[in-house]
Amino acid sequence: MLIAMAIGVAAVIILTALGDGARRYIASEFSSLGTNLVLVFPGYSKTSGLGSLAMVNATPRDLTLNDAQALSRNSNIRRIAPMNIGSVNASFGGRSREVPVIGTSHEFLKLRHWQLAQGSFLPVTDLDRATPVCVIGSKIQNELFTAQSPLGQWLRLGERRFRVIGVLATEGRSIGIDVQDIIIIPVASAQQLFNTPSLFRILVEAKNRFAIKPVKQFIIEQLKQRHQGKRDVTVITQDAVLATFDRILSTLTYAVGGIAAISLAVAGILIMNVMLVAVSQRKTEIGLLKALGAPQTQIIHLILFEAMMLSALGAVLGLILGELGCYALRQFFPELPAYAPLWALLASMAVSLLAGLVFSLLPARQAARLDPVLALTGK
Amino acid sequence: MPSLKPLMIELSNIHRDFKVGDQSVHALDNINLSIHPGEYISIMGPSGSGKSTLLNLIGLLDSASKGTYLLNQQDVTVLHEREKAAIRSQTIGFVFQAFHLIPRLTAAENIELPLILAGIAPEQRQPRVQKAISDTGLSDRADHTPDQLSGGQRQRVAIARATIMQPKILLADEPTGNLDQKSGQDVIAILEQLNQQGISLIIVTHDAHIGLRAKRQIQMLDGRIQSDSHLNSNPGTSPGTSPPRQDQANASSHT
Repeated sequence: MLIAMAIGVAAVIILTALGDGARRYIASEFSSLGTNLVLVFPGYSKTSGLGSLAMVNATPRDLTLNDAQALSRNSNIRRIAPMNIGSVNASFGGRSREVPVIGTSHEFLKLRHWQLAQGSFLPVTDLDRATPVCVIGSKIQNELFTAQSPLGQWLRLGERRFRVIGVLATEGRSIGIDVQDIIIIPVASAQQLFNTPSLFRILVEAKNRFAIKPVKQFIIEQLKQRHQGKRDVTVITQDAVLATFDRILSTLTYAVGGIAAISLAVAGILIMNVMLVAVSQRKTEIGLLKALGAPQTQIIHLILFEAMMLSALGAVLGLILGELGCYALRQFFPELPAYAPLWALLASMAVSLLAGLVFSLLPARQAARLDPVLALTGK
Repeated sequence: MPSLKPLMIELSNIHRDFKVGDQSVHALDNINLSIHPGEYISIMGPSGSGKSTLLNLIGLLDSASKGTYLLNQQDVTVLHEREKAAIRSQTIGFVFQAFHLIPRLTAAENIELPLILAGIAPEQRQPRVQKAISDTGLSDRADHTPDQLSGGQRQRVAIARATIMQPKILLADEPTGNLDQKSGQDVIAILEQLNQQGISLIIVTHDAHIGLRAKRQIQMLDGRIQSDSHLNSNPGTSPGTSPPRQDQANASSHT
């Protein structure tokens, strides 16, 4: 029964640690994307939520470079970078492979909080200048350039050639983009390469937290005007996305914790059974206590106390087990901060003590009601 | 002549019925009994005569179906369970045939048990336990558990436990039933010694040798008192204890 209680508590701890860890992982992923970020998507769906996030829409009206340029004239905006994506065959010196390509501007690096390992990022130019330069990720460097320095070399992308001016550092994360397996070129060059004038996204960094809302409003208004009064863009603030994820994962964590708590209820029933058996096995002892003059309330207290001691012991054991389990999880999955939240620790201990109390009430009353004469003769 | 001492135990028209199936069994049938403080009484009779039931009733472990029980002039039949428990704790000591020691506890801890239940502080418990241990000759066995003790030693532990709260009444139900001859005699000697110190002693036994040692002997049969040696002397003499003469105590209780 002790083990059942310990497992129940440990289960609650580990599961909530997982849930909470997932939540924090997502949160930190998002915050590493850059704070105060506002994302502009082509296409407007009436339902808000994650449905529009993952899609690259074929839209009635494209986002264009002119749109991006128009937006940059606002004092609340610190940085703005248009974004274009595609995939090309990159080749150098006889080696080639398919590589994802991002077309953007020089502000992109700082916006994303990425770092350079070598060289420099895209030059500061007008958005519509298609300079044939590129910045490559470390995997590209290793696979296409192997030992030699890529800087200054001419890399073939599709049918065009781009001069490598920088290499990205391996740190820096992004959702859906592997920073090591990417090539970045100016957005105008990308438009030529992919043969499309439309943009995938526009990334906007507000100058501070309080500027986020006005920036969002400004973007919506501006683009509405430019698109003949039609609202056909989606503007998402990073914290809205974050809040949604946070909500989902919190709910998940509570639900999972609740399920684990059911196992505590099971442990409680086990306690009741154990105490019932104990009472029936120790009948003579209880009869003796009554003969010695212990009133019924004292007998009830004795049983309850014993049950609560057992549950407390089980809970502490479960706490240790749970923390060990979380530690093991952290070793195997270092990116997932599997720390059990304090509320889960306290709740599981409280519930186990409560279960011990509640489920031993019946056995305790039974013990107190025993007829001392019958109990002593073992009937 | 000794003057009238107040009665300690007064049973009037006591009946105790048990339901066996749909029949009522009269374990005790119209018992009338009076006991003065300091008496040494044995209750004898064949099995089924109700002697243990009578002892349990006197010791407040059981309640009568009918009749009244005055303990130190207090009507205990109307008391709550809690009040009865308090009386058992402070006034009554039990010694059982099967000893009923708690196997996980040492001899000393078993003796200490009533003090703990009564809520007495640890500092006060220790000296009392030590005295009880030495009084019953258990000093070298004090931290042994019951399974390391002989039958006679176990019963001595039980007696020490029964008397640690300094009760006025000591009830022993076949105290030598599980003991050999020698240990049995030792145990009876201790009980009689306690009686000489003023504790009322009531022993239920089927062993006539032990029963006849008592100053007052009661015979039971089929739930009634067949004879009471207190009543076998001259009728009409004044009530009161004066050992070794048995004096008439109360209205007759046979037939």
